[in-house]
Amino acid sequence: MSTEVVEHDHPTNRYFIWTAAVLAGFTALEASTYWVDFGSFATPLLLTLMTIKFFVILLVFMHLKYDSKLFGVMFYIGLGLALGVYIAALCTFQFFAR
Amino acid sequence: MADTTVHAVSAHAPTNAHVTGHDTATGLSNNKLAMWMFLGSECLLFGGLISTYMLYRGRHDGDPGPAQVFDIPLTSVSSFVLLMSSLTMVLAVNAAKAKDDRNTKLWLTVTALLGSLFVGGQVYEFTAFYKEGLGFTTSLFASSFFTLTGFHGVHVSVGVMMLLALVAIISRSRVTGNKAEVVELVGLYWHFVDVVWVVIFTLVYLIPA
Repeated sequence: MSTEVVEHDHPTNRYFIWTAAVLAGFTALEASTYWVDFGSFATPLLLTLMTIKFFVILLVFMHLKYDSKLFGVMFYIGLGLALGVYIAALCTFQFFAR
Repeated sequence: MADTTVHAVSAHAPTNAHVTGHDTATGLSNNKLAMWMFLGSECLLFGGLISTYMLYRGRHDGDPGPAQVFDIPLTSVSSFVLLMSSLTMVLAVNAAKAKDDRNTKLWLTVTALLGSLFVGGQVYEFTAFYKEGLGFTTSLFASSFFTLTGFHGVHVSVGVMMLLALVAIISRSRVTGNKAEVVELVGLYWHFVDVVWVVIFTLVYLIPA
């Protein structure tokens, strides 16, 4: 009984360290909005940085980029439902309640 | 007979079986699949808690609100600590894949220490808030804030216990099954806790109410 095992591409430690450095830079930029006034750009900037950090951790650190798509499907179903819960709650309490 | 079985399984899952080498119907590790399903369900839990906070964050008539109590410099340091713990976790996973037990245990221990530091920061923050008059039942803002960040803190604490337990069972050579996969599963949980904090840090602390 033999099963062919081929190692898929696996990032090196150096790659992970660079990724963490970039994420740390993004976190510093996020924190800087507390001291620096970005005006009306602050919220879009924070949401963009949050989204980038979220997916970088998901794809690189959690290996979703290198693993089977089925794992991603399992996670994205939950994530999609969570977004649905937020939109439904927001609509219920903010719009329909008025 | 055994060969026939393998070919039959491979025929059903040709794209995955050759990649991962798992003799399952999907060709993937059932443990890993279950962990991803669990993390998907966790999104719903935190989605509900974050939604509740976003709706109630402005409800604190006369009581301390986010602008009065939040300590952004402290929370920024905590966020950085948790982010670095994600780095040490992937280094532990890489060491486990290289069958390097010494470095696996080292990085898992460092990850647990960074996680403990984060939880310590959260305990300090909660204590400071309480002294400023923000209790769990003070306002809807306070209740939703403590529930959301408290649940996250419990998840980090559980993660620290999982990491320390993993170090102990690796030290005693009592890991059953694929050791690298066990480390990777704990790693997935740990990164998820970090990913949730990325969202909380921005939506709860940085974006003004």
